[in-house]
Amino acid sequence: MEEMKDIILEYVIEEYLEDEDEVLTYDTPLISGGIVDSFSMVSLKRFLELKYAISIPDDKASPEAFDTVNSIVDLVNEFVGKK
Amino acid sequence: MSNIGSYDERIKNFDWSLAEKELDYKDGDTFNIGWYCSDRICEQGKANKLALIWEGLGGVEKRYTFNDVRVRSNTIGHFLKGLGIKNEDRVCLFMDKIPELYIGFLGVLKIGAVAQPLFSAFGDESLHVRLDNAQTTAIITQRKHVGKVRKILDQMPYLKHIIIVDHDGKKELKEREMVFSMDEAAPVEKFEIFPTKAESPSVLHYTSGTTGQPKGVKHVHYSLISQYLTTKWVLDLQDNDIYWCTADPGWVTGTSYGIIGPWSLGITQCVLDTGFGAEPWYKFIEKNKISMWYSAPTAIRSLMKAGDEVVTQHDLSSLRHLASVGEPLNAEAVIWSEKVFGLPFYDTYWQTETGSMMISNYPGMKVKPGSMGKTFPGITGVILDPDTFEEINEPNKPGLIGFKPDWPAMMRMYWRNEETYQKKFKNGWYMSGDRSTIDMDGYYWFVGRDDDVINTGGHLVSPFEVESALLEHEAVAESAVVAKPDDVNMEVVKAFVTLNKGYEASDELELKIMNFIRKKLSPLAMPQEIEYLDTLPKTRSGKIMRRLLHAKEWGEEIGDTSTLEDDAPRMI
Repeated sequence: MEEMKDIILEYVIEEYLEDEDEVLTYDTPLISGGIVDSFSMVSLKRFLELKYAISIPDDKASPEAFDTVNSIVDLVNEFVGKK
Repeated sequence: MSNIGSYDERIKNFDWSLAEKELDYKDGDTFNIGWYCSDRICEQGKANKLALIWEGLGGVEKRYTFNDVRVRSNTIGHFLKGLGIKNEDRVCLFMDKIPELYIGFLGVLKIGAVAQPLFSAFGDESLHVRLDNAQTTAIITQRKHVGKVRKILDQMPYLKHIIIVDHDGKKELKEREMVFSMDEAAPVEKFEIFPTKAESPSVLHYTSGTTGQPKGVKHVHYSLISQYLTTKWVLDLQDNDIYWCTADPGWVTGTSYGIIGPWSLGITQCVLDTGFGAEPWYKFIEKNKISMWYSAPTAIRSLMKAGDEVVTQHDLSSLRHLASVGEPLNAEAVIWSEKVFGLPFYDTYWQTETGSMMISNYPGMKVKPGSMGKTFPGITGVILDPDTFEEINEPNKPGLIGFKPDWPAMMRMYWRNEETYQKKFKNGWYMSGDRSTIDMDGYYWFVGRDDDVINTGGHLVSPFEVESALLEHEAVAESAVVAKPDDVNMEVVKAFVTLNKGYEASDELELKIMNFIRKKLSPLAMPQEIEYLDTLPKTRSGKIMRRLLHAKEWGEEIGDTSTLEDDAPRMI
């Protein structure tokens, strides 16, 4: 569980964070905080699907579900092993 | 009573001099948008009225009165002038939706310089082509975006000043960088505003076309005349309104109706500088008692997706008028807003080039859900035959939307691109590039674009720009980019690529290419899907037939394929 959290957090920092001084936590708002926009969310979703061999239906990929690393982990766990 | 009163009465004997009179302007006077949006409002006795209520991440709030806006824009102007920045120099505003962007915009105009706002999510390449075309002298930005400027600095000898508005002193400044803190700088109470005239350049916005690099659309100070009047009559802003325009001033809506329109009328406006979310948006309306809300179909459709329950959890009774812009507003969205807010969204239609609203729905005029509405008083709009460019007078027959180019906010040129500018006019009409019909009652109904430009979430993306950037990825040999239908954004970017030897098609490679484009250009230019092909469909002369790929995505007839290469892919 911790490992998944860290992998996702690290990916978000690496790919989406523009302000290198900003500290991201598992609860930092990503979508409503403007770090990941709705267009970029598509690439984040694609990353999760590839990394965890899952398929996230579009209706589950809501801005709310992608808003923090913690909520993303919950979402991914819903689909792990179900593909 | 709405500001416009009766639309039918207003179109009779309309003259733009009505707005000139209200703004106390006479031909030949000095005319400066920066002054109109701050000093003049203070002179009208509204110095202590709130001009801006800003909220950032974590609920941090800042408030500025019109006097604060006046003094701070003076202060910014004074600082820029001290750097040697002159009238007509281009000054880029490359920031998130922070107060410095809104007030800095006026500061730039007050010294007679040309404000060049750019969307802060642009990657370094998108930024470079736009600064290069404008030969920008200075850029005002934030710490978080300065890395993108540093990356391309060597290619921009003309860029003399990089002004960082939120430097915290933790990191060393580099070549050409300097610090300016708007809230901490010594306030400049009195400032000699540059005596710009009506035709002096004011704003340079960049927009994308099918081919070539983005075009710099030059506007002049006189644009205020139509921005002021359309804000008053279409958005119906009244003195006690609290207004929220959700657009980013990196795009034209964010300046014409997110700065100039409301502030020239002395209206209090709110800005939420966070990402999208149904709950925070409704909360923001409730908290600030927003009464007039100007948003975009993509946002409205996203709110629809979030459901009705979240609406009922908030008191949104302060709302009294809603409007939308960016791409066609579908009838379902209008009907939904009537159901949940008790108010329809009024669609408005205009472009970066037009500078102000051209076709709109008006308070008091019947809304036909799905229609763009009728031309603004003083605007002559027609539907033209695509081959002859002659006027079509038959109702409901589709053609190209043309406008008689005689309204105050019409662009004056494409920056350093006269040839493309001239191509925008046929038989004396400004060609919008959009297709539409007009019904028996004079309402316009959007049909589609007349070119390959992709309208995603209300923003135009050039397929050429994305195709060129794709070719810079080591794996990509050829590329073609088209629009793909999308429920929320209307269209999204889809790319077709062939790969260089040594690269294999895979989902991992697709993600790498997507991220490559996102960082190089912008998130909205990032292909949401990449399809690998062995070859792209081409004419016998080698030109990629984007049209066929587009038809495939939209399930349309592919039309004439007689010029198709013999070994073109059979996927069509």
